[in-house]
Amino acid sequence: MSILVGRETRLVVQGITGREGTFHAAQMQEYGTRIVAGVTPGKGGQSALDGTVPVFDTVRQAVTEAGANTSVIYVPAAGAPDAILEAVAAGIATVFCITEHIPALDMLRVMPMVQAAGARLIGPNCPGATSPGQAKVGIIPGSIHLEGRIGLVSRSGTLTYEVVQALTDAGMGQSTCVGIGGDPIVGSTFIDILGLFRDDPDTEALVLMGEIGGDAEEQAAAWKREHMPETPMVAFIAGRTAPPGRRMGHAGAIISGSSGSAQDKIDALEVAEIRVAESPTEIPRLLQEAGVRRA
Amino acid sequence: MKIQEADAKSLLVAQGLPVPPWAVARTASDARAAAERLFSAGADQVVIKAQVLVGGRGKAGGVKLAGDPAAAEEVAAAILGMDIKGIIVRKVLVAPAADIRHEYYLSAVLDRAARRVLYMGSAEGGVEIEQVAEERPEAMTYLHAHPHLGLQDFQARELCFALGLGSHLKDFVRIAQGLHATMIANDADLVEINPLAVVRETGPDGGPVERLQALDAKITLDDSALHRHPGLEELRDLDEEDPVDIEARAEGLSFIRLEGDIGCMVNGAGLAMTTMDLVKRAGGQPANFLDIGGGARSDKVAAAMRLILADRSVRAILVNIFGGIARGDEVARGLVEAREQQERSVPMVVRIVGTNAELAAEILSGIDGIETATSLDDAVQRAVAASRAQVAGT
Repeated sequence: MSILVGRETRLVVQGITGREGTFHAAQMQEYGTRIVAGVTPGKGGQSALDGTVPVFDTVRQAVTEAGANTSVIYVPAAGAPDAILEAVAAGIATVFCITEHIPALDMLRVMPMVQAAGARLIGPNCPGATSPGQAKVGIIPGSIHLEGRIGLVSRSGTLTYEVVQALTDAGMGQSTCVGIGGDPIVGSTFIDILGLFRDDPDTEALVLMGEIGGDAEEQAAAWKREHMPETPMVAFIAGRTAPPGRRMGHAGAIISGSSGSAQDKIDALEVAEIRVAESPTEIPRLLQEAGVRRA
Repeated sequence: MKIQEADAKSLLVAQGLPVPPWAVARTASDARAAAERLFSAGADQVVIKAQVLVGGRGKAGGVKLAGDPAAAEEVAAAILGMDIKGIIVRKVLVAPAADIRHEYYLSAVLDRAARRVLYMGSAEGGVEIEQVAEERPEAMTYLHAHPHLGLQDFQARELCFALGLGSHLKDFVRIAQGLHATMIANDADLVEINPLAVVRETGPDGGPVERLQALDAKITLDDSALHRHPGLEELRDLDEEDPVDIEARAEGLSFIRLEGDIGCMVNGAGLAMTTMDLVKRAGGQPANFLDIGGGARSDKVAAAMRLILADRSVRAILVNIFGGIARGDEVARGLVEAREQQERSVPMVVRIVGTNAELAAEILSGIDGIETATSLDDAVQRAVAASRAQVAGT
C-alpha cells in the first residue's frame, strides 16, 4: 500500500511532447510507473517514449481509450490551469501539476472545479510523489528512495530530496513521499496528505517538511495532534534565519506582518508533541528516538 | 511586486474609486509648484508623504503637513533624502490635507487557507491594522468572495453596516466593488485602503458635505501574472532596488542580499533557506539567499557567481546542489568557467550530489581554491571555517 501513486496508477502525461514532459516521462517509465498515454493537442495519433506510449489530442481520449486514472502536467504556466480543468473534466481522480509560476487568481478559479469533480490536485509548483518500488509521478529522482514505512510530505523540492536521501542512507525506507508545492494556493494541503497517510496501513511514521510563510504547518500540527496522536512524527522548518518581508524564492515563502515566521511554526509543532529537527540530517535520529526502526 | 502609493492610487482611480488629487515630486521646488496648484484649487493645507516601499514612514517622520507653498518646499526638502529603514527617499507625494471626520480600514487579500479573496474591514482605520486585529478582534469584519461570483452586493452591504457606514451605503458598495475590480484587473494579491476616510468637503451649495475618500493605498502584485499586464512592470520602482536585484531578475535567479560574509549558491528555494539556516547554526553568517532554480545551466551558474562576488564582504562561497533536474556536471562546468573569469579569489566549498555527481567531482578535482564535500553538514562546517580563516588572514 501507499498513497496517491502505486501499482494501480495508470498515468497520462499532459505535455508529453515538450522538453520537460519528454525527459521526465522517460524517467518515470524507467522507474516502473505505468504510463498509459500522453496528451498534446494536435499531436493525437503519434507515439512517445520509443513507440511505447500513444499520444492523444485530449485527456478524455486518454481516459476512454487508454484507461488513464492519474495525470501529471508539464504544460507551461499560461496553459496549465486549462490543463488541470481538462483533466478533472475528463474524470481523472488524481492530478499532479508540476508547472511553476501559475498566477494565484487562476488557481483560485480552478479549485472549485477540482472540488466539484471530486478530484484531488497536488501542486502546482510541486515535485510530485513517489511510492518507492511501485511508481513515481513528477520529477523526484528515483534513485534516492528505499521501500519502507515512513510517509513524507513537503512544501519544497530539492529539500525533499535531501531528506529522502538522509532517510535512505540511514536505512529508513519510505511508503510515499509527496511534495505539495511552494505556491500560496495549492490543491492539497499538509492536512489533506496527512489524512491519506492516516488511512494507509503501511505508513507508520511521518516526516513533515515545512517552510516560512502562511500557517499550513500550524494547521497541520493541530490536526495531527487530534487525529493521529499515536503516530511518530518529525518535522523540519526551512527559513529560521530568513528576514521578514522578503520572498524567499517560493511565492508562498514570505514572513508578512506577524505571521509566517519559523518560530511560530516550531512552537506550534512542539505544542503538538512533534519533534522539530534543526538540520535535515537529524531527522533519521529523531525518528529512531521516537521509536521508528530501520528497515 | 510592491508598488508605490501614487501608483496604487492610479490603479484605484482606474476602477472608479474616489481618491483626492495628488502629484509626485522629485525635488523640493517641484513639491512647491505642486503645492501652489493645490492651494490655488482651494486646499487649506497640503500633506507631503515620502514614497517608499516600507511601512512605518509616518513614525519615521516621512509624512508632514504644510500650510503654504514655502512650508511645502521646506518640508519636502527635509523628507527628500531621508533614510527610512535603509531606503533613501527620492520622491514625495503632495496632496491636499483632508478634513478627516473618521478613518476606516478596507482591504482585499489572497487567503491561502480558504482559497478565496478575503475582505477585511474595520471602523478603526488609519493605524496598523495587525495591531487592531490582535488586540481587538471584535473590531474587525471578515468575509470571503467566491472565486467565480466575486464580491456580491449583499456582502458589500453587510460590510458597510458592520463598519457603521450606513449613511454612505451606495458609495461604500461602489468602493468595495472597485476594490474587487482592482484586484482582478491587475492580478493583485493585496489591495488595501488605509485609511478609507469620511472627509468633510465644501458642497456645491457652499455648505459642508461628508464623503468617503481613499486617502492611502497599498497594492502588491502577483509576480507570476505580471507578464499578462504589460503596463504594470513599468511600475516597478528601480530606485528602491539594489542593482544586484535587477541583474538577478534579468538572469532569472532568485537572489536576496543579506548581511553576512558566506555567499551561498543553491538549487531550490527550500534547500537554499535550509543552507542559510545551517550556516548560521554553525556560527557563520550567510551573505545571501540564492536559488539558481531547476535545470540551471553553466551560464546561469556563472551569472550567479558574479552576483555573489559583487558583494565585497563575501569571504567564502558555499555551493550546495542536489541534482534532480539540475545536472551536477553542468553546474561544475559553470563554476570552473566562473572561476577563470573572476578577478578576486574567494575560497569555495562545493557539494554536488544527485544527478551526474560523479562527473561533477571529476571536473572539480584538482582545481585550486575549490574544496569539495559530500555531506551537507560537512560542507557548511568547511565554508564557515574558510570564512573565518579569511578574517584571521586579513
